[in-house]
Amino acid sequence: MFGNALSARPRPFDAVLARAGEIILGKPDEIRQAIACLLAGGHLLIEDLPGMGKTTLAHTLARLLGLQFSRIQFTSDLLPADISGVSIFDREKSEFRFLPGPVFAQLVLADEINRATPKTQSALLEAMEEGQVTVEGQSRELPEPFFVIATQNPAHQIGTFPLPESQLDRFLMRIELGYPDRAAERALLSGGSQRLQAARLDAPFPAADLPSLQREVAAIHAAPPLIDYVQALVEATRQSPAFQHGLSPRAGLALLAAARAWAWLAGRDMVLPDDVQAVLPAVARHRLRSVQGSGFASREDIASLLRSVAIP
Amino acid sequence: MSTAAPNALDHRAVPWLFVAALATVAPHFEHQPTWLSVITGLLFAWAAWFWWRDERLPGRWLLIFIVALGSTGIYIEYRTLFGRDAGVSMLVLFMAMKLLEIKSRRDGVVVVTLGYFLLLTHYFYSQSIPTGLWLLATMWIVTATLIRLHGGSASQSRYTLRYGLQLCLQAIPFMLVLYLLFPRVTGPLWGLPQDAHAGRTGLSESMTPGSIASLAQSSEIAFRVRFEGDIPGKEKLYWRGPVLDQFDGSTWRPSLGRQAVRLEAISAPINYETTLEAHNQRWLLSLDAPTGLPPDSTLGGTMTALNRQPVTYRQRFNLASSLDYRFNVQEEAAVLQRNKHVPAGSNPQSRQLAVNWLSRSPDPEAVIEQALALFGREFFYTLQPPLLGENSVDDFLFRTRRGFCEHYAAAFVVLMRHAGIPARVVTGYQGGERNPVDGYLVVRQSDAHAWAEVWLEGRGWVRVDPTAAVSPSRIESGIADALPVGEPLPALIQIRTNWLRGLRHRWEAINNAWNQQVIGYDLQRQRELLASLGLPHADWQQLAGLLALGIGALLAVLTAWGLYHKTRPDPALRLWHKALRHLARRKVNCAPWETPLDLARRVEQEQPDFGKAFRQVVTAYLAARYGPDNDLQKLRDAIAQLP
Repeated sequence: MFGNALSARPRPFDAVLARAGEIILGKPDEIRQAIACLLAGGHLLIEDLPGMGKTTLAHTLARLLGLQFSRIQFTSDLLPADISGVSIFDREKSEFRFLPGPVFAQLVLADEINRATPKTQSALLEAMEEGQVTVEGQSRELPEPFFVIATQNPAHQIGTFPLPESQLDRFLMRIELGYPDRAAERALLSGGSQRLQAARLDAPFPAADLPSLQREVAAIHAAPPLIDYVQALVEATRQSPAFQHGLSPRAGLALLAAARAWAWLAGRDMVLPDDVQAVLPAVARHRLRSVQGSGFASREDIASLLRSVAIP
Repeated sequence: MSTAAPNALDHRAVPWLFVAALATVAPHFEHQPTWLSVITGLLFAWAAWFWWRDERLPGRWLLIFIVALGSTGIYIEYRTLFGRDAGVSMLVLFMAMKLLEIKSRRDGVVVVTLGYFLLLTHYFYSQSIPTGLWLLATMWIVTATLIRLHGGSASQSRYTLRYGLQLCLQAIPFMLVLYLLFPRVTGPLWGLPQDAHAGRTGLSESMTPGSIASLAQSSEIAFRVRFEGDIPGKEKLYWRGPVLDQFDGSTWRPSLGRQAVRLEAISAPINYETTLEAHNQRWLLSLDAPTGLPPDSTLGGTMTALNRQPVTYRQRFNLASSLDYRFNVQEEAAVLQRNKHVPAGSNPQSRQLAVNWLSRSPDPEAVIEQALALFGREFFYTLQPPLLGENSVDDFLFRTRRGFCEHYAAAFVVLMRHAGIPARVVTGYQGGERNPVDGYLVVRQSDAHAWAEVWLEGRGWVRVDPTAAVSPSRIESGIADALPVGEPLPALIQIRTNWLRGLRHRWEAINNAWNQQVIGYDLQRQRELLASLGLPHADWQQLAGLLALGIGALLAVLTAWGLYHKTRPDPALRLWHKALRHLARRKVNCAPWETPLDLARRVEQEQPDFGKAFRQVVTAYLAARYGPDNDLQKLRDAIAQLP
């Protein structure tokens, strides 16, 4: 994708991206974003209509990265204990034994997270933030790496509990899959079940390598002018009349982390303004509220934001 | 209200306008008619209500009606729409009205401009330190309002205020240069309209019983004096004002005829500089007897120093006086006759008394002794004398026996005239208080005094102060000690607490320094400054040149400072700009937000032959600027290889 001279590193994830692209047809950018999110150590929110391949994407990533996978279907009667697990009394040993809930997995798919009550949502979100779960006064470490993909359905909001801004901020990225293009749809229709294909994938990476890869990503060089650029973008959101309020310092950190992962995927050992521009929509849109209308910032808002900031 | 049009006014910027308008208008409430202040306040509240409810502003016809009503009111009040008071009132009215038609940003700018102009008008009324500080603060608010009008809706008050302060602080050096070097006009800073000098307190040209007593209630400063050398004793500090020798039975007036002055100085003259507050009269209040006068002033026939023009603003004069003197030992017969005149039939009891004294001893000095002895026996010094009847002197001498300095002076002179001794009343100030902070002698209105002068054969006019016989402490230590306890006097004069007195001295010394150094910076001071800069005879062209030079130097310093603190452009960035100039020659321009890689792709598409070489430049540039090690050589090589 980028000039070869800048790609000093081997690009071990090209194979992963290629394999995933065979399953999720016509969505290379979204796959790349999802993997960048994982490499940056963040969590991913996928927002789209049912049947767009949200679950398949999660499955595929779990298989390809060799991650232990679990899925939680969120409903309005789901309780926090259904996620984190419960202690039951073992009659033979005469003691309580902890049965870990589905959250104790390396990749957790939280399907339709906005269907559950805020209490249950916050149980998951606490796990995402802290990397641990507290059950009956005892903290239990979650496995490493720990990666949550949450999905939500933007339509049919009756009977849902939309995530508040503070909770949205915990997701490093939010992406939309959208309809596939004609060619991809054709291939989809003529091929077999995507879910089955995903199940047959083998893992090119042992999951144990992922933490060290994440550390490598975090060490990617970000030069002072690049930091200037991130700072200028964040400041522009604070001063722009298009948004109700600007990006938080945490959002600025998230933007830089995501840009690092994007650069690493391209095999570069430095972050370029292009990386920042590429991840900005996924990182910033769910953190900004447009003044016009009540929803998230639109793609056009982000595009005009980018056009308002000169590259240092 | 908040539309996206470029000239639209941000709804949240409007409170700034209210604050700025109120800050510029409020000090005028003190001196403009109450009804206008009330109307202005109501208009402000009304406009604020419209803003709060976000309702449609009143229609044009209603506004025109209110303006017409207000202007009529101002005309009825002042009988004109121009001049200082009426003009300022009109501006205040306009400011309040403008708040009722704020629809666009342009209206906001009008409010700000009007605010800057209203700032100036405050100097018509006061040039004191608090006024200056208030106006500086208001200028800050108005400037911040202007910034806020052009800022986005997200701009924060903190940053707006900080930016406004920065601008105001940057303006201060320019202000100082303009202040020091701008060509000065003689007189006040600008020609004030005629009504500017109304209502000043001070001595008047005539004296009726009670006129000085009312003056003594005021703690306002009449003038300040700086002596070369020590301040003479208090009993010698008689500051001479108008001399009154025409008496019609109740009022004393000066005579208008010209008289010759023959003055013999006996002691060496002492030099001093007085800073006279505006009193709208011509006299300069010199110590008896003035021997050296400032230019543009003359000595009147009664030895009163007179300026050519009335003193309508604070002015400085250099004077010299000899405290021991002989004045008109030879006096014209007409003058002596005038000073012996008493209205026929008035004050018969005093006439009787004087005749009695004369019959005992015809020597004038013995008569004077008798009179002073009388005052010293049964009289009482007070600021609240009882009312006097038609024969005021008789009433005072034989009935009430309570009075203030003008009663004693008048009674004494009438007695002398009945006894055939030429005598007259002298008004002025007596004493003063030394401010230990700056060493100036401060003379207040409460030091106003009246005494008598008699003409004696072979000695000329001699000062006799009957008040000294009644209440010696009045002369020796001041009015506060002379009055009985419980008499009303302004609090400032009565202060006996030491620290409070010290505080007042300090504050007055600061004010004096401000008046002397800042307000009193006139043409002469400017000439002295220029002479010290090596331009002894600067004309206005040289002054303009110097002004331009000063401002230019300031700009140069500020620019140099800005350049010094500006971050130096990265060498990689400079090389990149060089490459972009190559590109511009090929009619390809880079948008500020376009990343170098995007640009490289575009160039490759548009100019494939050039694109390959340019791609090398981009790669080298990105590595040099964003990479961990800044290798500029590759970038230089790549640029050198551009076709």
